[in-house]
Amino acid sequence: MMPRSRLISILRKNGLHANQLLTGSTKAAPAWQPNAAVKNDVRPFSAVAQEQRPHSDTPSTVDYSHLYSTAYHPHSPEPNYPDLGPTSKLNLFTAINSAMQTAMQTDPTAIMFGEDVSFGGVFRCSQNLREEFGEERVFNTPLSENGIAGMAVGYASAGGTSIGEIQFGDYIFPAIDQIVNEMAKFRFRSGNQWNCGGVTLRAPCGAVGHGALYHSQSPEAYLAHTPGLVVVMPRGPRCAKGLLLSAIRSKDPVVFLEPKILYRSAVEEVPDADYEIPLGKAEIIRPGNDVTIVGWGAQLRTLQAACDLAAKEGISCELIDLRTILPWDSDCIKTSVKKTGKLIVSHEAPITCGFGAEVVATLQQECFFHLEAPIQRVCGYDTPFGLVFEKHYLPDEKKNLDAIITVMEFSL
Amino acid sequence: MIRLRKMDTILHNAQRQGRISFYMTHHGEEAIHMGSASALKPQDHIFAQYREAGSLMWRGFSLEQFCNQCFSNDLDLGKGRQMPVHYGCRALNYHTVSSPLGTQITQAVGAAYKFKLDAMANPKKEESAISIVYFGDGAASTVDFHSACNFAATLKTPMIFFCRNNGYAISTPVEDQYAGDGIISRAPGYGMAGIRVDGNDIFAVHAAVAKARKLALETSAPVMIEAMTYRQGHHSTSDDSSRYRDTDEVKEASDVADPMVRFDRFLKHFGWMDDNTVASIEDEERIAVLRAMEAAEARPDPKLATMFDDVYHEKPPHLIRQEEDLKRHLKKYKIPH
Repeated sequence: MMPRSRLISILRKNGLHANQLLTGSTKAAPAWQPNAAVKNDVRPFSAVAQEQRPHSDTPSTVDYSHLYSTAYHPHSPEPNYPDLGPTSKLNLFTAINSAMQTAMQTDPTAIMFGEDVSFGGVFRCSQNLREEFGEERVFNTPLSENGIAGMAVGYASAGGTSIGEIQFGDYIFPAIDQIVNEMAKFRFRSGNQWNCGGVTLRAPCGAVGHGALYHSQSPEAYLAHTPGLVVVMPRGPRCAKGLLLSAIRSKDPVVFLEPKILYRSAVEEVPDADYEIPLGKAEIIRPGNDVTIVGWGAQLRTLQAACDLAAKEGISCELIDLRTILPWDSDCIKTSVKKTGKLIVSHEAPITCGFGAEVVATLQQECFFHLEAPIQRVCGYDTPFGLVFEKHYLPDEKKNLDAIITVMEFSL
Repeated sequence: MIRLRKMDTILHNAQRQGRISFYMTHHGEEAIHMGSASALKPQDHIFAQYREAGSLMWRGFSLEQFCNQCFSNDLDLGKGRQMPVHYGCRALNYHTVSSPLGTQITQAVGAAYKFKLDAMANPKKEESAISIVYFGDGAASTVDFHSACNFAATLKTPMIFFCRNNGYAISTPVEDQYAGDGIISRAPGYGMAGIRVDGNDIFAVHAAVAKARKLALETSAPVMIEAMTYRQGHHSTSDDSSRYRDTDEVKEASDVADPMVRFDRFLKHFGWMDDNTVASIEDEERIAVLRAMEAAEARPDPKLATMFDDVYHEKPPHLIRQEEDLKRHLKKYKIPH
C-alpha cells in the first residue's frame, strides 16, 4: 500500500490539495523508494512488481515539442512509423486537405461536397480543391445533413467515391437515419448485391474552448452502436492523413470524426507521400508497464501530459490510441492489460454509455483475473456541454493523474 | 399486369395461410409499374419504396425470384435477411428496398449525380442513365423528400421523382397528409418541372415517363411526375382497410377505375384481345405463380454460416468471435440448425 504521506505529496505537487485521502487497499505491500526520475528512464512502481513483470523496452523518446504550438497540449510523439520519405510541417486541416487531394487525384470518381466547401470550408479543410478538381467534383450542397448523407450513399451505390462533410459533429443527428438505417445496413440487407463502401462522412468533433453545447460534442458513442459502420478519429495530422486515405478507400462506409481543436493547433511533420494507416487497429503511442491508458482524438494530448506527470513519480504508463472506434482493436488493449493489470479509459464525451463503457465491459470480461484494480473511466460529466465551466467539465490531466494514482494504490 | 395481379393474390393468401410472414399487394397500381418501367432503359437505376414490384417484374425478375425472397430461402438474392417484398436486384439495377420511408429519395439524387458525371465523360447518349425514385403520397411528407427535391433541382441531377398518389398512407387519407394541391404542386416551388398524370392509364404513364426521361437527360435536371391512382388492397397483410374506409369506395375503384379493366376494354375495343385469350393468360399465370411458390417453399433456409457475412466487406475479429460463440452454444446444447 502506498504510504499516505507520499500520496498526498504527489497530489500537492500537481496542484491538487486533497482534504480527504483516497480509498486505500488494506493489503500490505513493500514500501517503495521514489526514484530520481530521469526523463527517458521510467521504472516499475514497486519492487515486487519489478520481479513479476519484465522491464519495458525503454523508448528513447524524441523531443517533438518544437513542432507544436503551445495553444493546447503540445506533446504527441509519433513512434514506430516507417520512413515515408520527405515530410512537410502540416496542421490538421492541411493534413486532411492533403488526404482528400491525394484521394481525388488517384480516384476520378471521388467527389467532395457539403455546406460551404466550395470556398474552402469553415475549417479550411477543402481549400484549393475546387480550383484543382473543378466545380462538378467539389461543390456546395443546400443546408441539409440528411441530404448530404443520403446523396453520399446514393452516389456510392452507383459506383462512386463520395466524401461528404457535415459541418459540425453536433449536427450529424439529422443524418442518423441515413447513417444507421441505410449506410450501415446497405450491403447486408441486399445480400451483398449492393454496397455503399465508397461513402466517407467527415465531421469535426470535440471541445474547442468556447463551443458550448452545439460546437463541442463528440458523437462517437451514438455511431459506435451501429453494426456495419466504421468510425474513425485521428489524434493528429500525421495519422489523420493516413487514416483518412484508408477511410476514403475503404470498402465500408466510414464516419471520420476530426477533433476541431487540433485543426490549427496541432502541427506535425506529415509525409508528402500517399500512405494509408490500417483501420481497425489501435496504436501504442507510449509503451509502459504499470498502467494501461486508452483514449482517442485530442484527449491523447491530455493523457500524454498525465503520463508525463506520472512518469516523474516513477509510474510507467502505456498509452494507447484506439484510432478506430468501430470496429475497435480489443486485442491490443487486452495484451496491454494482461501486462499492466490496470486500466484507465478517458474521453471527453459524457461518461454514461460513452464508448469507454464498451472498452471497460469487454476488458473486465476478458481480463478479469489479470486486473489488480477496478477499471477507471475519466470522462465528461453527464451534462450537456456548458460554456462557462468547460475547464472543469473536461477530463483534464489532473483528473487522469488522480485516476492513475488511484489504480496504482490498489496494486500490490 | 396479369402476372403481377396473380402473384399478389396468391402470395397474399399464402400469408393468410401462414406460409409467409408478410406481404404487400399492388392492386390498382399495375399500370404505374408497367407504364413507367417500359419507358426506361436498362441502365437507369430504380430506387423503390415498396409497392413497385411490377417495375422489377417488367425488367425480368422471375416469379421464382420473387417467391425466393418472400420465402427467405437459400436462393433469395438477399440471403433471407429482410421481410418479404423487400426485393433488390443488382443485375436489373433495382436497389434493394428498405423499410424506412423516403430514405431512397435522397439516395436517388446521389446516383443521378453519378450518372451526370458519367455522361460528361461519355458522349454516347444512348448509354446515358437517369435514376427514377418511386414514393407514395405519405413518403412525400418525409424530410428526405424535401431535401432531395431541393438538392436535385439545385445541383441539376438527371432523374425522375415518381409519386404514386394512391390516396392512403396506411389508414391516413390524403386529407390528413397535406393541405396543398397534391404532391406535384411542390415541384415548381423547388424549381423543377412536373406533371400530373392519370396513374390508371398505362399509356399516359408511359408517355409521361418517356418524355420526362428525355427532358431530364437533355436539361440534366429532375422532373417530377405525380400519378393519381387508388390503393385497392390493404396497406399490407398487417392491415384491414375496412376499418377506415368504405367498401363502396374500393368497389368503384376496382370495377370502374382499375387500370387492368381499362386496358382490357381498350384492347377489346380494337379487337386485339378477347375474353378467351384473357382467361387462358390468367390461367397460365396463376399456374406459373403456384409452381414458383411451391418450389420456393420447398427450398431450405440459407446456410447459418451466412449470418455474420456482409456486415462489412471483410469479417472483422469481433464478428468472427461472436460467430464462434454462437457455434459453441449450438453445439453445447445440441440445438438443431
